[in-house]
Amino acid sequence: MWSELVVRFVAGGLIVSAFAAASELMKPKSLAGIFGAAPSVALVTLGLGFSQQGPAYVAAEAGTMMRGAVALLVSAAAAVWLVRTERVPAVAAALGTWAIWLAMAFALVGVPP
Amino acid sequence: MSLDVWNPTTGSREVVRLSPSELGKVKPWEYLLRFFFGGLVTAAVGLVAHRFGPAVAGVFAAFPSILPAALTLVTRHDGRASAAEDSRGACFGAVGLLAFALVVHAAAGRWPAWLTLATSFVAWAVVSVGTWALAVRLRRHHRASGRSGRRPARART
Repeated sequence: MWSELVVRFVAGGLIVSAFAAASELMKPKSLAGIFGAAPSVALVTLGLGFSQQGPAYVAAEAGTMMRGAVALLVSAAAAVWLVRTERVPAVAAALGTWAIWLAMAFALVGVPP
Repeated sequence: MSLDVWNPTTGSREVVRLSPSELGKVKPWEYLLRFFFGGLVTAAVGLVAHRFGPAVAGVFAAFPSILPAALTLVTRHDGRASAAEDSRGACFGAVGLLAFALVVHAAAGRWPAWLTLATSFVAWAVVSVGTWALAVRLRRHHRASGRSGRRPARART
């Protein structure tokens, strides 16, 4: 259990850092921004799912991941508006993005497939 | 040093640019912050999977682990307008992520794991860049038609 968490932490950290670095390299920013929604957590989660639980488990994860992707689309669109609003500090905009994603994700988890 | 790349929407070689020098502008603690958050979120998704199973863990596989940190750092380095552009790009990336999940869902069990993940990653890249390119083209078309469709000023007689 703990060794798996360490593997997840290191692999997740490395992949997120790699995508963030790729985003820094690229201009224009609207194209570089695609890395903000790169499958960083998904690659580690599904990769470990394949090796430990098997393809049926991964297919189930991917099925509900589509709902998470919809939540991400909504929260990224909200982030555009939040970051443009001068009176909202950048940190609050980032926290707001997470809050909107969580609200959307919990709402979509309850939706039957 | 910068490398100009061909942009499929315009055919020009100057719109999409790779600038390795930009990496030097990022402070070491900013890389560490991203590593820490990325690792923390990925480990947390593992705990969610153990506690609640694959259906809930799958939703959390699309958790925004890069966007919020990028939002604050881009605002700090390049200003709010750039951060808004960055977030707009994440919308295209999210559409790509939907394609990623769709491909994994369809291919898991039929194809080997490595091929499933590699193909779904390619699907993410193609759909993300494709929707971005489409949006750029639509925006240009909208601007051009706005200019050409404008009524000429009536001459004073």
